Amino acid sequence: MNPGSFSAIFLDAFLINNFVLALFLGICPFLGVSGKVKTAGNMGMAVTFVMLVSSLCAFGLNHLLVKFELEFLRLICFIAVIASAVQLVEMAIKRFSPTLFRALGIFLPLITTNCAILGLALFQTAREYSFVQCLAFSLGAGAGFSLALLLMAGLREKLELADLPGLARGAALSLILAGMLSLAFMGFAGLGG
Amino acid sequence: MSAPEKMNLQTFTQGLWKENPVFVMMLGLCPVLAVTNTAMNALAMGLATTFVLICSGFLVSLLRKVIPKQVRIASYIIIIATFVTMADYLIQAISLEVYQALGAFIQLIVVNCIILGRAEAYASKNGPLKAVVNATGMGLGFTFALLCLGVVREVLGGGTLFGMQVMPDRFQPWSIFVLPPGGFFVLAFWLMLFAAFEERKQKKGVTA
Repeated sequence: MNPGSFSAIFLDAFLINNFVLALFLGICPFLGVSGKVKTAGNMGMAVTFVMLVSSLCAFGLNHLLVKFELEFLRLICFIAVIASAVQLVEMAIKRFSPTLFRALGIFLPLITTNCAILGLALFQTAREYSFVQCLAFSLGAGAGFSLALLLMAGLREKLELADLPGLARGAALSLILAGMLSLAFMGFAGLGG
Repeated sequence: MSAPEKMNLQTFTQGLWKENPVFVMMLGLCPVLAVTNTAMNALAMGLATTFVLICSGFLVSLLRKVIPKQVRIASYIIIIATFVTMADYLIQAISLEVYQALGAFIQLIVVNCIILGRAEAYASKNGPLKAVVNATGMGLGFTFALLCLGVVREVLGGGTLFGMQVMPDRFQPWSIFVLPPGGFFVLAFWLMLFAAFEERKQKKGVTA
């Protein structure tokens, strides 16, 4: 497979270099919203959408910055773009699905400080992706984030009633689960060839 | 904490142990897991974050009466982003090697919830001096946590510490510890250790 092709980039961001389990981006919502499968799915969709919008905006913005030689403003501009994209999604969800809006709660505005999204914008700039490549990258990253979140939520729902030693309950258990998932995902290394 | 409280030792030590940002509040976990594969990276990351924490805490606290309430979060983020850009160029100037090892994670300090959390919860309500002292404590607590992970991962995963060999030659490195899953496991191990410690302390308190 050509490493620059749409499918290769998608696969890389989706499985091989999964944003959560291999690059450690977006750990906070990963541990915070993975209690129930349904909320996790919705959160995944919201994050994917914000990723798509902010990735494409960041792509355009970066061209503008390079043209005017203002690269040192990159970070500030990206953050502003992401914050507005999140605001947009928040308004859209509030308008179309008030139930989902309530279910996501505080984690919706917190997408702004989700490092997966800023990381995505920074990585695509560093790797000098074209427009189509950015599209593949953001879709893959979003799908990968959703997958990790769903897997984690499924595991945690199953373990809710398990009899565990007191020390391992809570955060430590989630981290051990995440470690095992991460081990499993290492199996995808080399998939892209 | 209420605003008019006087500055004392606790302003400083709060972040070191009792409200340690990583082990107690579970904030800013992304860099904690991502850049702690060697102790050196952990130290550099901790110091960079401390620098941003102190500077942004100071500026936010100075401007706390000027910034309108409605746009405060956006203003804080801009302030933080400014200092992160400075830290980014600083590290690049001091050590290119560390800069390349940390990669995008330096710029990702912007979205570290510890910094925004401190700006919102502490610096915006207290004077500049207190904000700086508190931020220093928090920053050192964060660095301490990063080092906890970094040291364990480097010694077990590579047999070295800050690049020097500490394990005997016969030691076979457990390379899983420098790989991503190792980060999760080591952090889980530290959390359990701290939980055990707290539990013992509480039991002692009951019997005494």
